[in-house]
Amino acid sequence: CQRCLALIRSTQFLNAYITVAEDSALKQAEESEKRYRRGQPLGELDGIPIAVKDNFNTAGIETTCASNMLKGYISPYNATVVQKLLDRGAVLLGKTNLDEFAMGSGSTDGVFGPVRNPWSYSRQYKEKFVPRSDSEPENSNWVITGGSSGGSAAAVSAFTCFAALGSDTGGSTRNPAAHCGVVGLKPTYGLISRHGLIPLVNSMDVPGILTRCVDDAAVVLGSLAGHDPKDSTTVQDIFQPFALPSLTDVSKLSIGIPKEYHVPGLSSEILAVWSKAADLFKNAGAKVVEVSLPHTHYSIVCYHVLCTAEVASNMARFDGLEYGHRSDMNKSTESMYAATRREGFNDVVRGRILSGNYFLLKQNYEDYFVKAQKVRRLIANDFVKVFGSGIDILLTPTTLSDAVPYMEFIKEDNRTRSTQDDILTQAANMAGLPAVNVPTALSRRGLPIGLQFIGRSFQEKQLLTVAKWFEKQVQFPVIQLEEVKKHDSSVLQHQKSASFS
Amino acid sequence: AVASWVLNRRCVEAAVMTGLALNCTINKKSLFDRKHYFYADLPAGYQITQQRVPIAVNGSLSYSLCKDNKMSQMVTKTVRIKQIQLEQDSGKSLHDDARSQTLIDLNRAGVGLMEVVMEPDMCCGEEAAAAVRELQLILQTLGSSQAIMAEGQLRVDANISVHHPGEPYGVRTEVKNINSIRFLAKAVDYEIHRQIKELENGGTVLNETRAFDSKLGCTVPMRDKEGKQDYRFMPEPNLPPLILYDAKSLPANVNHQQVVNIDWIHERLPDLPSVKRAKLVELYGILPEHSFTLMNEDGLMDFFEDVVKQTQMKPKKVIGWILNDLLSHLKQHSLTAKESPISSFFLADLLNLLENGDISSSAAKQVFEELWKGEGKTPLEIVKEKQLELIQDQEELEQICQAVIDEREKEVMAIKGGNQKVINKLIGLVRKATRGRANPLLVKQILEKKLSE
Repeated sequence: CQRCLALIRSTQFLNAYITVAEDSALKQAEESEKRYRRGQPLGELDGIPIAVKDNFNTAGIETTCASNMLKGYISPYNATVVQKLLDRGAVLLGKTNLDEFAMGSGSTDGVFGPVRNPWSYSRQYKEKFVPRSDSEPENSNWVITGGSSGGSAAAVSAFTCFAALGSDTGGSTRNPAAHCGVVGLKPTYGLISRHGLIPLVNSMDVPGILTRCVDDAAVVLGSLAGHDPKDSTTVQDIFQPFALPSLTDVSKLSIGIPKEYHVPGLSSEILAVWSKAADLFKNAGAKVVEVSLPHTHYSIVCYHVLCTAEVASNMARFDGLEYGHRSDMNKSTESMYAATRREGFNDVVRGRILSGNYFLLKQNYEDYFVKAQKVRRLIANDFVKVFGSGIDILLTPTTLSDAVPYMEFIKEDNRTRSTQDDILTQAANMAGLPAVNVPTALSRRGLPIGLQFIGRSFQEKQLLTVAKWFEKQVQFPVIQLEEVKKHDSSVLQHQKSASFS
Repeated sequence: AVASWVLNRRCVEAAVMTGLALNCTINKKSLFDRKHYFYADLPAGYQITQQRVPIAVNGSLSYSLCKDNKMSQMVTKTVRIKQIQLEQDSGKSLHDDARSQTLIDLNRAGVGLMEVVMEPDMCCGEEAAAAVRELQLILQTLGSSQAIMAEGQLRVDANISVHHPGEPYGVRTEVKNINSIRFLAKAVDYEIHRQIKELENGGTVLNETRAFDSKLGCTVPMRDKEGKQDYRFMPEPNLPPLILYDAKSLPANVNHQQVVNIDWIHERLPDLPSVKRAKLVELYGILPEHSFTLMNEDGLMDFFEDVVKQTQMKPKKVIGWILNDLLSHLKQHSLTAKESPISSFFLADLLNLLENGDISSSAAKQVFEELWKGEGKTPLEIVKEKQLELIQDQEELEQICQAVIDEREKEVMAIKGGNQKVINKLIGLVRKATRGRANPLLVKQILEKKLSE
């Protein structure tokens, strides 16, 4: 725990953490140690340092959603997933940075500033880096983490914690996982409780899990999944935690390659990695089939309507009256609301609220909201058909390219970026399906490239088993960070099971 | 900063019971929606309600009115129930005009509400009041709600419009802030009158929300609601559709605790007020209008039944004492039957004395007044104290009668001359002489016998 805290301090320039809960973390670590000495650890997670995205409520620790609206807000309760981790002895190191209210694909638009991808400072990246001009200062080359759970992804990637919670609404866990070279799991909608997760899109949000290897993700999943009476959208079925078998024979597997995921903006590099991966399965004896998800190209537009509508609704509670920021304007209640919300929200949030309200107007509701729901059904049915035809897992790219430099990323606005970046991950949220990013290879620039596996509803075990097999095959390299080496060379020795030993 | 709502089972059961009692169709699948607007007492910025598919629809409520204030002429009317929906309560706003501020009490925000929507089938304040009163009784009988208006357990918003016969309905106004059934009738009648006057003067009725001012007895426009709002209804994503089952559709092996079974609830519905009233009429031989009053007045029916149990007097006769003597006294002192200074036990005692012929009915009334003082004396004690026992001694009575006859030559002559009615005067005189202690029938008998001699 102390090592992690020290590492957090020395990697502060990454801006991955908004709040570091040093005192409580040390206390939790102490308690854990006592339990181990007594021979009574609470389980695999006892004593494991973790980080939590700052849109999960944590009792006694500030929860800001990287927004002025909630600066200083201290929740009186823990989100269910946070409570579950704490109950199993995990050590909560702090809250990680994100795009404001989880809206964005770069983790660049929060009020605490952007998160820097640890790989920007890796030997691998620095070796390959070719400055565009001599006048460019070294410091400005850093690349983004992706988003919106960029802080969590960076925290795991930089070895400051062993696992982190993110959230995933359109790809917000998988996208930064791909850019930061970590495993990012989006579970099936309804498997893990959203109680205490500040909602973005209630019908699509899920808590996401970020770890350095697939086995770890399975362990964390095991401690979080299951019905929560406080969340009516969790399924009633009893969840059985599982250990992942080490697959040796993939000949019975049927892998689907959806042709629509070969989108126009896809970089040739990623395309090549994707092909290679397909070949990997084929050569190992699996059945690899091209499939079609015909409504894929409608998903972004559909997502924009449904997402903004729910955002407009979910953000209505931030009026400055009960908690959070309140403007000094007090001429009337309405003017106080207006000023509070203008001051408290950034442009991205306000833009989505306005759009969402537009779509929900009585005269527009049928044409936009209802229509989008119908299209959503079609998108979900695409997957049903494909899985129904004998395909076990889908294999797709996670992102269009490797991580872009921050200076380049901000040239386009948030909406444009999101539109582009969500395209490969978004449909899984529409359909509520589980999906996982597995780090696969390094790009020409020395940055991580990940691939995505999408599985059947509630078949996380199968999904992660295949992911684990793939992870073993590709042997993704460990990040070589100065800071990590300085602190603890032994950390690097635990690369594969950089985990819970 | 996060509230994920979970549906309260008891609310669902209450809504189903009420729907069944109001002859509604219970929707086996109903949905929840968000209704968005900004207001200080709505912390989420939206209210969860059932706008698309409510839990119950298309019912009816029968109620009775006395025509022209005559209890003997009761008319039965019906108002259609459009729907019953479950929704969340908001907080409470307390306006402090003196300090130009509003205080918000959020304690009740989020608590489950049941909204009963009636069709505009009522034509005046009296009908509205009677309908709501009946609804109140039904809710109390079911246990869905105590439905006390003064405590906000039953809130009534009245929608009123006027039109000439044959023409379409006029523009309606909504009247809020009505805190009792009495005020409801007043508010409705005032508003009807106001709208008619407005239209007759060439004005128009605005589609607005008005508040009832109980002190002034009129409706005034409400400041807060301006213009028409678009509530941007959206399905509530955190609450799955509400599925209710009946005996046919109930899945096998299901946990009884997990589901709501409409038929199970139907079987366990208590007797509704209309049924209770019919039973009272049948059981006790009282008139329908009597049963109405018994049930309308809080606690009166129980009091009546207690008295009936403890006395030999027939219920048909007891009812007179309850509805005339007791009720008038209660009303005069603004008391409920439960607060009556005369217990059912004492009243039964008194009626027994009367029934046994120990006292006359006028004596009984005197004892009643004494008992009302609530000094703890039993009826028998009062009778003894005031010497109100009927004279049982035949001879004594005859002597008194004879004395009166001897005194009243003129009247005796009139009776002997054929004017029978005059005998009542003599009876009255005997009664006076005995200070109400003579049985009038017996007196009449004796006088007639004597006069025919």
